[in-house]
Amino acid sequence: MSLSKSVREGSRIALSRVLSQVENSTPIGLHALDELFPFTGKAHKIGITGPPGSGKSTLVNALAKQLRQLEGEPRVAIIAVDPTSPFSGGAILGDRVRMLDLQGDPGIFIRSMASRGALGGLSSQTEAFSQVFDAAGYDFILIETVGAGQSEVEIVNLAHTTIVVDVPGLGDDIQSIKAGILEIADILVVNKADQPGADQSLRYLKSMIEMGYRPLASSAGKHKLAESLSKEEIPESDYPQNLWQPPVLKTIARESIGIEELVIEILKHQEFLKNTRRWQLKEAWTLREFVRKRIEGILVQEFFEQLPEGVLDDLMEKIITRKMSPTAAVDNLLTYNQITKKSHYSE
Amino acid sequence: MTEKKIRVLIAKPGLDGHDRGAKVIARALRDDGMEVIYTGLRQTPDMISEAALQEDVDVIGLSILSGAHNALIPQILKKLKENGQENVLVFLGGIIPEDDIQGMLNAGIYKVYGPGTDTRQVCKDIREAVKVKQAE
Repeated sequence: MSLSKSVREGSRIALSRVLSQVENSTPIGLHALDELFPFTGKAHKIGITGPPGSGKSTLVNALAKQLRQLEGEPRVAIIAVDPTSPFSGGAILGDRVRMLDLQGDPGIFIRSMASRGALGGLSSQTEAFSQVFDAAGYDFILIETVGAGQSEVEIVNLAHTTIVVDVPGLGDDIQSIKAGILEIADILVVNKADQPGADQSLRYLKSMIEMGYRPLASSAGKHKLAESLSKEEIPESDYPQNLWQPPVLKTIARESIGIEELVIEILKHQEFLKNTRRWQLKEAWTLREFVRKRIEGILVQEFFEQLPEGVLDDLMEKIITRKMSPTAAVDNLLTYNQITKKSHYSE
Repeated sequence: MTEKKIRVLIAKPGLDGHDRGAKVIARALRDDGMEVIYTGLRQTPDMISEAALQEDVDVIGLSILSGAHNALIPQILKKLKENGQENVLVFLGGIIPEDDIQGMLNAGIYKVYGPGTDTRQVCKDIREAVKVKQAE
């Protein structure tokens, strides 16, 4: 029996092996993805992001437990991403330490993932992982990003619902109006709300939200569906129903406080996305990004494979001794490839 | 394509709380370019085999300082077998009396490391053992 068929039939070991093959982009992995893809499109992908130490893993732990208690006992997959060392290429994936409560529940599957050089808070294979879990019948996929700074916003290209976790004492109201991570939240959570300053953080975030609604296009870019949605005539009276104002919640994840409310907001957001066609819009955008990234990856790899041996080293030597500028060297290197042959200095 | 990354699960079964050694090893393996899934303290045999299954690891490193290895190791290895994970290499570290080492190896442990082990040796052993396994 093929691996992907075993995955569809619920074999956990097959699922785990497919994930490894996908992560390493092996031919087996790529075939499995092809076979599984028709069965995707059902799962609700929820991104959890926030600074290191804000309690993302603990929140995921509490959230998964709460989601399992919903009607029909939905199955929950967790993809926990941690950073790869830029020096050794190794990684310590430690998110499971906070998720010990979930062990032994057959309706939960946790997989740790190293970022493997990708920036933006995820690995380049995170979307592929979520497709595998989706096809395997998981109803919710929780994707925990690496500890994020201000601009690790890749998750927004992937998740239906993005939860940004903040903690008390991280900054003032100027921090909260900057572009970047806070901007991408569909739901904002002030975790560790038993610590001093929680109410102030809550106030800052709320006032940020009240300053303006997020433009739809920020997560949709130039997409046909996005344009059609933004062009749609929305009667003034319907306005609030057509916009999502991110709620700001307080949680103490370690004690599972505020998690019920969080689940309610997640389900509300799901309903909102489905009622306003934004669900399809997000899917379309995610898949488009998936295609774009794959092409990017393949082209770059092919480019370097096509390069005659020694050419790069010779040019580097010229650059280091200041005989040639890096941009001129790049122009030179690009002539070795059919697609990029033309000079990039011409308009 | 890049070389496949070796994935290692580091766990501490049983009740002792001394995780320094486990952390030192985790860090050394990371610095050697491996992906280390660290699960922390007080893991039951069920938890370890389940984590190994979900993470599809090549290697499991166990640290035991409580003296409970004779009870825990056979249970863990049995669980792995039941889960179809008999291919995973299992290393053991910690305080294992000289007299017990052969028994551990006979049970199916790949290697036993005591205090003072050079972490570079551990990395080297793991790389070699994984290579042999993959060639099989």
